[in-house]
Amino acid sequence: MTDKNNNQDNKFLKHLKKNWAKYTVGILLIVAILYNYDRDPKVTQAVLASMVRHSTPLVLGALCGLIGERSGIINIGIEGQMLISAFAAFMTTAYTGNIIFGVVLGILTGMFMGYLLAIMSIALKLDQIIGGTVLNILALGITSYFYQVGLSMGQKILPIPLGKLADLPLVGRVLFNNPPITYTTFILVFVVHYILFHTKWGLRTRAVGEHPRAADTVGVDVFKIRYVNLIIAGGVAGLAGSFLSLEAVGSFERAMTNGRGFVALAVMIFGRWTPFGAWGAALLFGFASAMQTQINFSGALDIPYQFISMLPYLLTIVVLAGFVGRSRAPAASGVPYEKEG
Amino acid sequence: MVNTVLEVQNITKRFPGVIANDSISFKLNKGEIHALLGENGAGKSTLMNVIYGLYKPDEGQIFINEEAVEVQNPHDAIARGIGMVHQHFMLVPVFTVLENIVLGSETTNGPSLNLRSPRKDIQKIIDQFNLDIDLDTITEDLPVGIQQRVEIIKALYRQVDILVLDEPTAVLTPQEVDDLFKIMRSLVDQGKSIIFITHKLKEVIEIADQITVIRRGKVVGSAKPDEADQQSLATMMVGRDVDMHLHKKKAEPKEMILEVNNLVVKDANGNVEVDDVSFEIKAGEIVGIAGVQGNGQTELVNALVGMIPTESGTVKINGLPATNASPRKVTEMGSAHIPEDRLKDGRVLPFTIADNMVLNTYYLEPFAKSGIRQQEEIKEFAVDLVEKFDVRTPSAENTASSLSGGNHQKEIDAREFSRPINLLIAAQPTRGLDVGSIEYIHHRIIEKRDEGCAVMVVSTELDEIMELSDRIIVMFNGKIIDTVNADEITKEQVGLLMAGVTA
Repeated sequence: MTDKNNNQDNKFLKHLKKNWAKYTVGILLIVAILYNYDRDPKVTQAVLASMVRHSTPLVLGALCGLIGERSGIINIGIEGQMLISAFAAFMTTAYTGNIIFGVVLGILTGMFMGYLLAIMSIALKLDQIIGGTVLNILALGITSYFYQVGLSMGQKILPIPLGKLADLPLVGRVLFNNPPITYTTFILVFVVHYILFHTKWGLRTRAVGEHPRAADTVGVDVFKIRYVNLIIAGGVAGLAGSFLSLEAVGSFERAMTNGRGFVALAVMIFGRWTPFGAWGAALLFGFASAMQTQINFSGALDIPYQFISMLPYLLTIVVLAGFVGRSRAPAASGVPYEKEG
Repeated sequence: MVNTVLEVQNITKRFPGVIANDSISFKLNKGEIHALLGENGAGKSTLMNVIYGLYKPDEGQIFINEEAVEVQNPHDAIARGIGMVHQHFMLVPVFTVLENIVLGSETTNGPSLNLRSPRKDIQKIIDQFNLDIDLDTITEDLPVGIQQRVEIIKALYRQVDILVLDEPTAVLTPQEVDDLFKIMRSLVDQGKSIIFITHKLKEVIEIADQITVIRRGKVVGSAKPDEADQQSLATMMVGRDVDMHLHKKKAEPKEMILEVNNLVVKDANGNVEVDDVSFEIKAGEIVGIAGVQGNGQTELVNALVGMIPTESGTVKINGLPATNASPRKVTEMGSAHIPEDRLKDGRVLPFTIADNMVLNTYYLEPFAKSGIRQQEEIKEFAVDLVEKFDVRTPSAENTASSLSGGNHQKEIDAREFSRPINLLIAAQPTRGLDVGSIEYIHHRIIEKRDEGCAVMVVSTELDEIMELSDRIIVMFNGKIIDTVNADEITKEQVGLLMAGVTA
């Protein structure tokens, strides 16, 4: 009995030892937020809501990245997938006047881009970094070429407050008064987690990402898993693109993704290739972006705004430099699979 | 009445340039351990890949339970009751044992993965065959022998009746081999049948019920273990009389070649791996470094050849200082190094065999002239070596990674033995080789000694140390525990020294 208790204590201590940094940062953040909320609830709520807004495309981008990479394909074309989907979603909405059509077409475009990456990296066995770069350049080229100044889509997607929940102090406005794609993102984090760690498909995906030959010898179709995952991942990036043009901005601008696809990669790595990890990491990045806006806006600090605008990107560099080495990517990611015989 | 569970008839499989299997036939009976004995590259693994559906045979027929079948792919093989434990394990390192076992044959509970009922079934199998394993351990944390057990359970969970074990003992310690044999016995006692692929004569005689010998893709004979002995099997397998004992003249040590004084080597974490080691090797003698794996031999060799830095102490080769010299400097001083892990060190696997043959001389004449590679010279040289050292490959233009089993070792031996050298440092020079190749390598090593080369052989095989060495240095915990003349000590005494017991 005591033995078992001891064992559990040990496990807990080990867990604490490993994750103390995360917990410390988390607790400090919560304390800081509560303190600020007490002093100035309006601004605090605004900053937090802005954090969620900023984090949404990052979460989606990171989910796209990790769905692919868990099956063994590195996707650095998230930026391009998001950009071209944002464009497709906006154009469709502008011409049909139907936002739902827009979102659907955004997702389909993303899926098509995922399919392209799959063909390049699975069937043609092209280097996956090059494949992703192709997507990025393709997306930038196409959207810039077809971009028309002066098109408008009317009203962007509006927040839907969830009844009484939206009136809760502090979190109400932040979590329960969002537009639909943001809610969908919350749900997707849980769904992807469930699929990845609690279904047959997820088990096979992870096996294919770690040791494809082992999966192959027990009858798992490596190519099928990779194709399907990349196409679904593309759809998630497409949703991120739709979010940017239809929900966040309400129009399309040249290169409007503005590096978010790459930040999403950093988010994915920081989150250790897990959906919840990615969510946490995305909120951290979103917070940095929100703070940047807030500090610039309030003019409280006497620093040129260019430096403050660097905040999220600086964070990316620090995180990538400090954590990439320590977290472990799926072993087979980046390696094309060749069947024997 | 004998019950044939698997029969292959006249299987032929050709690859570009080679016939890997040439009309092979054999029968596997129920409850039998059937050994397929053959040299490295004899075609054993090809045959198994045909049976397991990884390769399509060009000719021939497979019968399972006396019914003609065509095995399309591994999945099909499993469905027909054939399971395979590969030489390189097919396990996902970061999965738990349980996850690895169910992968590919998952049961679901609605959309969710169901691990609870498989756990019960697997536990039953574990108890039934005395396999003793914890299902929740992460696979990569397990020792090799236990990982192999996971592979066996994986096959049993898929309800196979025929189990193919491809060189299962190659990666195991002697203790683990004993455990494996116990498991194999327990499996056949309960009605399973086993095909056991190996080139180790001792093991075949110990465990097999029936032996089929394959040489160069053909069945050359069969035997019962109680009627055969190692000598006759070796002759059959290699195709000529193999001398199982070395005959060598007494060593005539001459001038000093290698001097090591108070050498200390630390690993990356600062642990002392080689602790104040001093010894010398003269021209014309073979010094064997004996020791259980992990007692500092690897680090000693790596430090001598310049692969890792030394902490303190000195090394002299031919009287010249060679402490912390670069590998190229050490090579140019006339020394050769056969690394322990030939898949990791010493060769570039994606390169051709020809390029690997000149990997440490490519910049010298005649392989390069004013910085330009001389393709013809390199090719000629390599073709000659491939022939001389019997490296089994369609051509010297194939990549080094395409070689099978012991041919990796032969390739590196060929390169190092063909240079003019006066110091040979060989770590595990015959690991994974069959008797024919071992004999060949041993003769070459003795030949080098007689030519006046100083030889240092590191081996964990006690037999090899005893056979080859003129003097034996035993290492324990990074220290030299004793140095003895080989003809003044018994194998048992060396064994005790290796365990750290001093008289």
